[in-house]
Amino acid sequence: MKKSLMLVLTLILTFTLAACGQSNTSSNKSNEGSQEGTNGGNAAASELSGSILAVGSSALQPLVDQASKKFMDLNPKVSIQVQGGGSGTGLTQVSGGQADIGNSDVFAEEKLDAGPAAELVDHQVAVVAMAAVINPDVNVDNLTKDQLVKIFTGEVKNWSEVGGPDQAIQIVNRPASSGTRATFEKYALGTKTDDLEGSIQEDSSGTVKKLVGETPGAIGYLALSYLDDSVKVVKYDGVEATEENVANGTYPVWAYEHMYTKGEPNDVVKAFLEFMASDEVQNKDVVELGYIPVSKMEVTRDLDGNITK
Amino acid sequence: MSAKTADKIATAVIITLAGFIVLVMLGLLGFILVRGLGHISWDFLTSAPETIKEGGGIGPQLFNSLFLLVLTLIITVPLGLGAGIYMSEYAKPGKVTDFIRLIVEVLSSFPSIVVGLFGLLVFVNVFGFGFSLFSGALALTVFNLPLMVRITEQGLASVPQAQKEASLALGLSKWKTIKSIMLPIATPIILTGTILAAGRVFGEAAALLFTAGMSSPRLDFSDWNPLSPMSPLNPFRPAETLAVHIWKINSEGLAPDAPEIAAGASAVLILMVLVFNLLARFIGRLIHKKFTATK
Amino acid sequence: MIQSGEKPKVKKHIIEEWTGKIVTSLCIVLLVVTIFSMVYFVATKGLSSFFKDGINLGEVLGGSKWKPEGEPPMFGALPFIIGSFSTSILAALIAAPLGICAALLMVEILPKFGRKYLQPAIELLAGIPSVVYGFVGLSVIVPLYRDLFPGQGLGIAAGASVLSIMILPTITSIATDALAALPAGLKEGSYALGATRWQTLYRTVLPTTMPSLLTGVVLGMARAFGEALAVQMVIGNAPHIPNSLFESTSTLTSVITLSMGNTVMGSMQNNVLWTLALILMMMTFVFVFIVRWLERRAQR
Repeated sequence: MKKSLMLVLTLILTFTLAACGQSNTSSNKSNEGSQEGTNGGNAAASELSGSILAVGSSALQPLVDQASKKFMDLNPKVSIQVQGGGSGTGLTQVSGGQADIGNSDVFAEEKLDAGPAAELVDHQVAVVAMAAVINPDVNVDNLTKDQLVKIFTGEVKNWSEVGGPDQAIQIVNRPASSGTRATFEKYALGTKTDDLEGSIQEDSSGTVKKLVGETPGAIGYLALSYLDDSVKVVKYDGVEATEENVANGTYPVWAYEHMYTKGEPNDVVKAFLEFMASDEVQNKDVVELGYIPVSKMEVTRDLDGNITK
Repeated sequence: MSAKTADKIATAVIITLAGFIVLVMLGLLGFILVRGLGHISWDFLTSAPETIKEGGGIGPQLFNSLFLLVLTLIITVPLGLGAGIYMSEYAKPGKVTDFIRLIVEVLSSFPSIVVGLFGLLVFVNVFGFGFSLFSGALALTVFNLPLMVRITEQGLASVPQAQKEASLALGLSKWKTIKSIMLPIATPIILTGTILAAGRVFGEAAALLFTAGMSSPRLDFSDWNPLSPMSPLNPFRPAETLAVHIWKINSEGLAPDAPEIAAGASAVLILMVLVFNLLARFIGRLIHKKFTATK
Repeated sequence: MIQSGEKPKVKKHIIEEWTGKIVTSLCIVLLVVTIFSMVYFVATKGLSSFFKDGINLGEVLGGSKWKPEGEPPMFGALPFIIGSFSTSILAALIAAPLGICAALLMVEILPKFGRKYLQPAIELLAGIPSVVYGFVGLSVIVPLYRDLFPGQGLGIAAGASVLSIMILPTITSIATDALAALPAGLKEGSYALGATRWQTLYRTVLPTTMPSLLTGVVLGMARAFGEALAVQMVIGNAPHIPNSLFESTSTLTSVITLSMGNTVMGSMQNNVLWTLALILMMMTFVFVFIVRWLERRAQR
């Protein structure tokens, strides 16, 4: 009995040791392998091969993810990894060289210092529009900019003051660091707001939608791709949040989705970014996922918010 | 109030409160399973998730969770055994040993989010492993190592002193005694403990958000070469585990059936933990029986 | 005594002994290195907000205004510290009587039923992932509190309720061990004197095991203090000190989870988040020291 146990134990020990050794060697090898892959990608131009790491905005992640799958189908030797983690993480990693592409909801200049931001090259791949949403039981259809500002600064606390029922307003906001909030404050409110006491803050669109839909008297804001029947979309200054109105510049609450590279991209990354800008992605995946194609935009906007037709 | 009535009331209160726990626990399990079980099918367990379409599965996530567990155990078990053996057999009582014991205790009670941030800073950025299974496994090792050390110590402490002394008296070296006499006797306890600790690895999310990442690159399940980037066995690819996937679709899910997927995935997670618990009990009992029968 | 023929055997003996010793010591060294590097990295990151960005320590610990994007930015973390403490203390207050009762039931009143059903059930609670707790909290507890109490349901009460279930296993298992380890003579003596079960428990068993029971409660509190995802989902995350238990507020962990990904490493706001992580880490040390102190009392 003891002997057999000893045997089992030695077996376990040898197995773990062997596994240990194996995992070490294999990890080394895979490191080499991926490095070779990247080098190969730089050298060979005819057939693309190599690997790309794109990190950042969770709002942009589904689009890049879907486009990358298509791109990999076309170029089987390319491997693209798309990571979430937030715009800040994306900009940190692309600026630090850990990632090839940094996905961001905001201009790099708004998050990074001027120095590192200047090294990054901006590729705008889509436009995301946002709309104020309210609990479906509140019978308000339209909010002016002024009313929104008053609601989000706490000046107006009851729906009756903006033409609704006599019900307390419950704000469902985003954390101060959020790119979505920055866009909403910049283009819908035109002012920064403080976090009010009792306001709810959620970073994720899913939770915001759930809470606005369930909480009586709630107001929040969502990207158009997340809208559904559980929440009610209100017009902004009488303008409906539609793709058309965003494209012709009448609906102002939108922002670019950026894919940043550090300096000029290498061949593989460049090809992928070109693919992102191609009609194949812009007219299909971008629309399908609820973004607005950059090519459709009749207006452009720079970092400071100046709009040109 | 007589002592007898007080006794009866107290007993009733204790039983009620304990019953309340059972109720909460049944309610919790029932809630998760009732909402989730209907969504579980073979297809759900094996197919890849969809971004915006209905009918996505959790196949890669399930695989990632299991693979991450294996990776973590490969790193943790030898280290934990070694450290545990040292603590229980070689360490001389004194300030240094006390200090190490303190460290093990501190390490085991670190908040998982702090461990995750440390992983992000060191494994992902400084060491350059990136968001990968390997970074995730290292972060999980930080949690599991102290548990493993404690389990090993407990296991070795359960070995009858007489058996240890007999072996030493026969002239076997201390190492040989540990390896051939003590460890086999301690195996049931160590094994049970390891499996229970593994359950915790399975459900961890906060630390993995920052280390193993939130994306699941397309996996080619016919490619078992651990060096290729699309192989499921490559430890340097990013991997979203089941727990992280629940977190992600709850917060950013675009698919119309996201709530059902979250419910289904939660149910799968609970079932896995259940299986781990039962397995630990079963194996513990089995080995225990074998021992007591032959002794 | 040593004969020439036995010499190589002794040598092998010694080599084996040393290999064992060295290999296991290396494992320990690695463990020590891990924790030191953790403290080092988190501390350097966390302290840079004071040294590099020139934020006042008093402002972080005592300020109640958190406006990281404001002009000028303000980093008062007091609401988070209060949130973390009140949530974890409340969770411990709910879980402690439940856990200790469960332990009493398992050890003293119905050992058979307890061991067979209650213990596995509680162990299973320990295995449920925190994401699932948060998910259930958001779908069950928050709507329930929203209907029953004024407010939106999110807040300290919801957070503490979810956490209390999560820390129940920790408290119960330590209490069970402590009660089971009690010498039988103590109880028998009490019974022999004619005491009822409750008198025995109340006057003899509970006082003697009190330090160990408290150890469990403190360990549970430590776990509640560090829990991130489940709390973040149900606490509401407003950076303010709440006026009631049902008003949205934040904890140290929830603000880190919310903002870490949105900020750029090295920026002032990011550094402050690391400072919060450092506070969490320091609190872990505090909890461990309390536990050690209690354990020493228990041994006496």
